[in-house]
Amino acid sequence: MAETPLLDVKGLEAWYGESHVLHGIDFDVRKGEVVTLIGRNGAGKTTTLRSLIGVVGKRRGACSYKGADLLKVAPHKVARLGIGYVPEERGIFSSLTVLENLLFPPAWQAGGMAVDEIYGLFPNLKGRDSTSGTRLSGGEQQMLAIGRILRTGADFILLDEPTEGIAPVIIEEIGAALRILKDRGMTIILVEQNLRFAASIADRHYVLDQGTVVDEISNNALDANMDRLNRYLGV
Amino acid sequence: MNSTTMVSSLQAPRRLRTTRGLLLALVVLLMICAPLAIYPLFLIKILCFALFAAAFNLVLGYAGLLSFGHAAFFGGAAYVTAHAAKIWQLPFELAVLAGTAFAALLGLAFGTLAIRRHGIYFAMITLALAQMIYFMAVQMPFTGGEDGIQAVPRGYLLGIIDLRDITAMYYTVLGGTILGLVIIWRTVNSPFGHILSAIRENETRVTSLGLKPERYKLIAFTLSAALSGFAGALKAIAFQLASLVDVTWHMSGEVILMTLLGGMGTLIGPIVGASVVVGLEHFLSTSGLPITFIIGLFFVVCVMMFRRGVFGELKALLERSKP
Amino acid sequence: MTDIFGVPIAVLLGQLLLGLINGSFYALLSLGLAIIFGMLNVINFAHGAFYMLGGFAAWLLLTALGLGYWETLFAAPLMVGALGAVVERLFLKRLYRVDHLYSLLLTFGIALMLEGLFRHVFGAAGKPYPIPSSLTGGINLGFMFLPMYRAWVIVASLTVCVITWLVIERTKLGAYLRASTENPGLVQAFGINVPLMLTMTYAFCVGLAGFAGALAAPLYQVSPGMGSSVIIVVFAVVVIGGMGSIGGAIVTALALGIIEGLTKTFYPAASSIAVFVVMVLVILIRPSGLFSREA
Repeated sequence: MAETPLLDVKGLEAWYGESHVLHGIDFDVRKGEVVTLIGRNGAGKTTTLRSLIGVVGKRRGACSYKGADLLKVAPHKVARLGIGYVPEERGIFSSLTVLENLLFPPAWQAGGMAVDEIYGLFPNLKGRDSTSGTRLSGGEQQMLAIGRILRTGADFILLDEPTEGIAPVIIEEIGAALRILKDRGMTIILVEQNLRFAASIADRHYVLDQGTVVDEISNNALDANMDRLNRYLGV
Repeated sequence: MNSTTMVSSLQAPRRLRTTRGLLLALVVLLMICAPLAIYPLFLIKILCFALFAAAFNLVLGYAGLLSFGHAAFFGGAAYVTAHAAKIWQLPFELAVLAGTAFAALLGLAFGTLAIRRHGIYFAMITLALAQMIYFMAVQMPFTGGEDGIQAVPRGYLLGIIDLRDITAMYYTVLGGTILGLVIIWRTVNSPFGHILSAIRENETRVTSLGLKPERYKLIAFTLSAALSGFAGALKAIAFQLASLVDVTWHMSGEVILMTLLGGMGTLIGPIVGASVVVGLEHFLSTSGLPITFIIGLFFVVCVMMFRRGVFGELKALLERSKP
Repeated sequence: MTDIFGVPIAVLLGQLLLGLINGSFYALLSLGLAIIFGMLNVINFAHGAFYMLGGFAAWLLLTALGLGYWETLFAAPLMVGALGAVVERLFLKRLYRVDHLYSLLLTFGIALMLEGLFRHVFGAAGKPYPIPSSLTGGINLGFMFLPMYRAWVIVASLTVCVITWLVIERTKLGAYLRASTENPGLVQAFGINVPLMLTMTYAFCVGLAGFAGALAAPLYQVSPGMGSSVIIVVFAVVVIGGMGSIGGAIVTALALGIIEGLTKTFYPAASSIAVFVVMVLVILIRPSGLFSREA
């Protein structure tokens, strides 16, 4: 055990109303790592991310992060610990312009990117300042959703299926951007169904099924374990 | 399909049905004997409001529409009936019929307008429309302004039975109320009633079955308005009075409270609620306590603590105790 | 000499002025209703009661504490807003997850409680409130006499409406509010205290109603029933305008005030139902409301 992980999740359970969705999730993420959560639809990947930031119903277990237990932090204070969330549906506000969307999340930590830097990372967003946020294409909205988090100084990013429903060209651009972020030392949890994309940036993969973690595979061992993985994913 | 499960849940086991039947017979028997023990005019008031609340429940509890304007039907019908009996000198039955018909037409008009908007807007529109009726009642000459229409003749039932006799009046109102409740009961348990509940649960699904929810809602709303008017008409004759009190928005609110308190979407709930509220007001009217304040307090307590109402909570408790 | 359809111009203008004043009150109230609905998904039936409370707060501060007009105009909305915050924290907050109809019924109950309580304590009769000495008198415009206080009411309420509108449309705080109407969970995930924002929004909007009540005190008398008679008209205004647009709510409110004033001039008997008639027409022609975005 070289270092204590940045995020250590133990026995995480979560409920949506009456339905018990997570039945004890265990995983950890070390600083500077990119870790993916993979699994079939309904395995609990999105719910795991949402549990970390506190937008589900009831939660139980422990999620220690930088010395705090995320389950005990008020939902609106999670972002102040440097955690940035990019939701699956991207969450671009239609009543705000592109620039307003980009400037929307308050910067809670120093070290956030400047707007020009973000435009450098995602050139597609440049010159679209006063367009209504939801007028952008799906891929551009995804870039905007990632970009606005980078402004806040967050160094731990929760990314929910950034490639879903997006053209291959744009997926490549997003992948390139994520590698740049990784090189800058950011820690990322990536929920992904696209295995090829996940393999191109991740260090380790956790496989989820029916609300628990059923396996952990390091990216180097991915090819050797392809059969096992395909069985989990039901391909 | 959803409606089949709903039907089966309505078909209670035979034992329960017999108990329910016996209980019903007991209640009717009690109501028949009640004038011996309780002041009949007070009982009449409870009956009228029980019918009013049960009719209101048809739209709130079964169709899921919150009408904030039912006072217009109740009080409006009272004015028409009072006017018909006093000025046109129509016999009792025709006067009541006139009031009921007026309420039905008004209900059709309100419903046609309000159903064009959903949810919360529906409540605001019905409230505003009913307020329009209130202002008309204040200003139109035939309603008698602040005094209302007083000394309305009760007349004779079927031309024979003198309704000036309070006991005869009571049994007439009891008969009318039972008639109204039976109509409501039949409606709720008919295929029409089941579609209505299905609309409340999931309107899009009903639409996808090729049915037109708007039409069902409108029919339910009109029927509810007519029966509310029937209750108001009976009240006007029995109390020989039609007044502004019955068309105010307070009255629309009170009938909501009765339904909510008793338990909406149940058949007996509104009747229980009406009895409680009328009894409470009767008690409060001599106590010197502020009635409006206490009615408001009941609302707050109901919404915060038991949204299913007295009867609804009881029912839920029974269902939970079942294996 | 200067008659329009047999009505002297001075009378007509006087009624228009009254209509504009009513319209400004409708604007202050419907603006608050629309914002509360957008943010909290609550139809605030108690809005009229808070308006009444604003009037009473001003009257009580004047008669019991001897505070001057300007102090009361400042203090009354604060008091009403504070009460609003309490109501949101104690009651409304717990109802966000159930059907919206329950919050309507809750606020209806609160309206009844407040009205019943004030009627019990202070009686139904109106309480006079003097026009402050700095705003008595008026200006002779040549074609009509413009009382100072009435001019002040229009200017003050419209200024407050426009500032509120600017804050929502043009500031960072407004962006938070607008975004919260779309996706409160995500706004919270960005580190913004949404529950607190909801409480403050409710308190502020209810405070606007209290401000309207305090502003109205010298014009109309202060009475327990003043809220319920105005709230139903304001509901009709909101149905006509649709609650999607704040600017739309202000414009609709003013227009309806003027229509009411005109009806009072030409056909007084119908003035109390004029707004409702307009509502019926709008529902028939454009069911979703004049300024709604759904259309």
